Amino acid sequence: MSIDADLARVDAPVPAPITVTKDYSLPDRIFRRGVQAAGIGVLFLLIAIGVFLLHAGYPAFHNAGLHFFTRSGFQTIGAHPSFGVFASLIGTIEVASVAMLVGVPVAIATAIFLSEYAPLWSRRSLIAMIDLAAAIPSIIFGLWAIFELQPNVVGFSTWLSRHFAFIPFFKVVSPPLNASLFIAGLVVGIMIVPIIASICREVFSLAPAGEREAALALGASRWQMIRSVVLPFGRGGMIGAVMLGLGRALEETIAVAIILGLSFTASAHILQHGGTTISQLIAVKFGSGGTLGTQDLLMCGFVLFVLTMVINLAASAIVNRSRSGAGVDL
Amino acid sequence: MTTEVSMPPPPFDLTGGTPARGGRWAGPGPGGPVEAGEIEAEGVCAWFGGRLVLETVTLTMEQSKVTALIGPSGCGKSTFLRILNRMHEVVPGAQLAGSVRLDGVDIYGPGQRAIDTRRHIGMVFQKPNPFPAMTIADNVLSGLKFSRNAPADRDDLIEEMLTKAGLWNEVKDRLGELGGALSGGQQQRLCIARALAVRPRVLLMDEPCSALDPTSTLRIESTIKEIAEEVTVVIVTHNMQQAQRVSDYCAFFLAEENKPGRVVEAGRTEMIFGEPSDQRTSDYVNGHFG
Amino acid sequence: MTTDSETPTAPPGVLVRSSTASTATLSPRRTLVEPDDAAGSGDQVAPPPTPRRLPTPLRPRDFGTRDIALLVISAFSSFCLTWVIFFQVTSLSGALGFLVVWYVGFLALTWLSTAEVIERSVATDRVVAVVVVSAAMLVSGLVVFIVAWVAYKAIPSIHWGSLLSKDQLHLEATDPNALAHVGVVHAVIGTLEQVLLATAVGVPFAIATAVFLNEVKGWPVRTVRTVVTAMSGTPSVVAGIFIYSLLILTGYLPYSGFAASLALVVILLPSVTRVVEEVLRVVPSGLREASQALGAPEWRTVWSVVLPTARSGVVTAILLGIARIVGETAPLLFTAVGSQVKNWDPFLHDQGALPLSIWSNHQFPQAVYVDLAFQAAFVLMSFVLILFVLARLFSRPKGKRSKNVSEGDDMMARYFIPVPIERPTESEVGQ
Repeated sequence: MSIDADLARVDAPVPAPITVTKDYSLPDRIFRRGVQAAGIGVLFLLIAIGVFLLHAGYPAFHNAGLHFFTRSGFQTIGAHPSFGVFASLIGTIEVASVAMLVGVPVAIATAIFLSEYAPLWSRRSLIAMIDLAAAIPSIIFGLWAIFELQPNVVGFSTWLSRHFAFIPFFKVVSPPLNASLFIAGLVVGIMIVPIIASICREVFSLAPAGEREAALALGASRWQMIRSVVLPFGRGGMIGAVMLGLGRALEETIAVAIILGLSFTASAHILQHGGTTISQLIAVKFGSGGTLGTQDLLMCGFVLFVLTMVINLAASAIVNRSRSGAGVDL
Repeated sequence: MTTEVSMPPPPFDLTGGTPARGGRWAGPGPGGPVEAGEIEAEGVCAWFGGRLVLETVTLTMEQSKVTALIGPSGCGKSTFLRILNRMHEVVPGAQLAGSVRLDGVDIYGPGQRAIDTRRHIGMVFQKPNPFPAMTIADNVLSGLKFSRNAPADRDDLIEEMLTKAGLWNEVKDRLGELGGALSGGQQQRLCIARALAVRPRVLLMDEPCSALDPTSTLRIESTIKEIAEEVTVVIVTHNMQQAQRVSDYCAFFLAEENKPGRVVEAGRTEMIFGEPSDQRTSDYVNGHFG
Repeated sequence: MTTDSETPTAPPGVLVRSSTASTATLSPRRTLVEPDDAAGSGDQVAPPPTPRRLPTPLRPRDFGTRDIALLVISAFSSFCLTWVIFFQVTSLSGALGFLVVWYVGFLALTWLSTAEVIERSVATDRVVAVVVVSAAMLVSGLVVFIVAWVAYKAIPSIHWGSLLSKDQLHLEATDPNALAHVGVVHAVIGTLEQVLLATAVGVPFAIATAVFLNEVKGWPVRTVRTVVTAMSGTPSVVAGIFIYSLLILTGYLPYSGFAASLALVVILLPSVTRVVEEVLRVVPSGLREASQALGAPEWRTVWSVVLPTARSGVVTAILLGIARIVGETAPLLFTAVGSQVKNWDPFLHDQGALPLSIWSNHQFPQAVYVDLAFQAAFVLMSFVLILFVLARLFSRPKGKRSKNVSEGDDMMARYFIPVPIERPTESEVGQ
């Protein structure tokens, strides 16, 4: 072929790609639309929850203004209603703090055991045990706590209140020491262990074998290897797991309600009886307090909803964007 | 098991045994290099999950020399290498028999800890594995951190090791960067520096250049030749030309069909490649198979 | 084994010996003599040495009598020390305190003694090992204890004839034989109906959403996935009050079991969706392509190829989803409210449920009520255990009994953990 023909070929315009139109048959169109509807339906459901709670609870917020967050109490009947979420917020934070202090170390230690120390033959059963722990309903935890845990822990509470009274939290103004935020925190702490342990275990097991071997070959003991390879690798996952545990601790209702009881007393002393959390407040006060009361509780529910949603989304992002979650080497 | 000493330690002796029995090697010290060591493997067998994969290997890896373990893939060279520094037992279901003596002391003897052994017999792996969360400087020093030996002078040691590994000029300005930020060849040289920093007597290298480009490969080969005087090197390689370039002695491993691997022939590199005694060795080095 | 007797003079330079397994004479050129070829040698091939069993990680090899002795001595010394502290020096008391002080002392003494006798890194490793083992034992012990405790408290008071046939209609607290006339059947009926309705509504919804996320792509996929994640963190209380204010307060529904089911759907939906989506993701794409190449429309591919392949995973997902919602109390407080009598109609009137039974009964001081609460707890716990065991049976990988942790093991935890762990895809795993 001559050069000109070749050049002409090269310079000829590239044909446009054929557009392939996806032609779905009718059953397929129905299928696709139906499935898409389900997906969008979930989206709407979530929005509906948020919007509806806000809408239905807003009158209470309107009534109280920003004092909603600074006042305590549930005085919603009568001419001068006084209510607010402050005490419940403090109680929620205190219960969650105790729960995290108790639950996070135990959970991470258990996760390290499961992924690094447990003999292979026992691993499946132990993991099943942890999963079963996650499946135990919270009401059963509550039952166990009030009948079994509480009597045994009151002694410890007493000891704490006697020897650590200089810390304002631990001061006991009015015994008895049961039905306290501290005991509620203990139960919730036990309940969040399986959640945190499961995620951490999974994340630890993803640590790359090459780096582990490198550490061992340099003469590291097993713990040194864990500290220099596994834990740095799993940092994102651990943070996410802890945040999820926190979210769970904030929203736990029934076990807390069983321990704290049905009364509503605002108290910041965690060792003595009394105190309330947002979810417990909603659970025990719902239906009473008239319309304003219901609206108040709906507003509290909205606050709780937003709080846990934010924490869960953040935890998800952290876990999956970190080195451990994304599963990609740097 | 053929250890030299077979008495169990007396029940209440908690001091770890007298040097005459089992004993210890002089530990890696911050001051001064340690003498290169000699490894004698005798009757080494290896099993994975009950299946024999390596049969009765007896080999001596001479002091201050480079010994290459060659052979087609899957015949137990890496397994044997890992037995030399007690990494074989890290794999679940792995068993072994035989004795491995470093400078006369059986590393599998009673009272010997794997941790100690690995500080004297280092390893560089096929896929470079620097610690990505640590800086380059910390990577080099990481082995010392594990053995709790603070070096007299950190910076000098880092420079010395990186120079030996042939990496100093490239990273001297960026020692604070993370270990994972280097190229493949650089990472492997970093791993070599890291392994050398604990001043082992022997350095085991499991196909260190197979994942690297030719330039890095040549660099590492020259590093091997330079360090061989201070550190005995045992290198597993697929690359026969590399074995010829780098090693003083060679051992040819072979696993015939459905049989465990064993050493067919071993000797000076010139002999193995020039005048192999066994037909199979000759076939392999001449490229008829493998 | 090596030959030791004959050592012919070696050619200079050959310093290493080849291995032989026979005792035949070595030729000067040292080739390997196969045992099979040693015909007529008459010598027996030395049998391979018996394996020295090597347990998994380092520790058991490095964990001999000396190490056990160290641990035992530390434990004993700590005990003595704690005894002295408690009874001689101070006036602390309490079994719990003793245990805690002993434990701390044990750890400290272990570290000190190991650091002295062996070395510091091993000491720290040892202490960490003790700590993590204790943590795991504590957690498993608690789980077993709680489950056993429920049974222990419930079983002595159960009248098996009436447990599942009677409700609390004829409850007279002062009757010493009251327990024979009452049972938890109303709660069981309520729970079953509510859970089944919730499953009937929620599972198709969840599977459809999972199919949407996995098979039918489209722009909202990322949004919906985020939404599902966000929704799995919804507190169960919130689900309950949402349904209450949306449907009951406004009058569309009475207090009923059906309203409770709807609240349970809100909890069930995100968990099942996520798990089913993961299960569908594992189905090899080659199957889908094969089906499409045969000309099957998309719905057919999903219905006849993808879902059946994932069947065991989907069944496990459903079972675990049921296990999750069967114990939920908070949403029921505002919707089904609870009742003392049988109510077969979930669409009308208050209905009882097992968790509600526990909740209302445990508050009374009389023994009858407490016993009833425990009986309901026992039935509830049995349901959860049965579902759990069934789910594990279903999720076992068919055929290959792998000792490694399988997908099914992780699936269980997904139900109670609102965050998906994205495992690296095959292409990303370069290890």
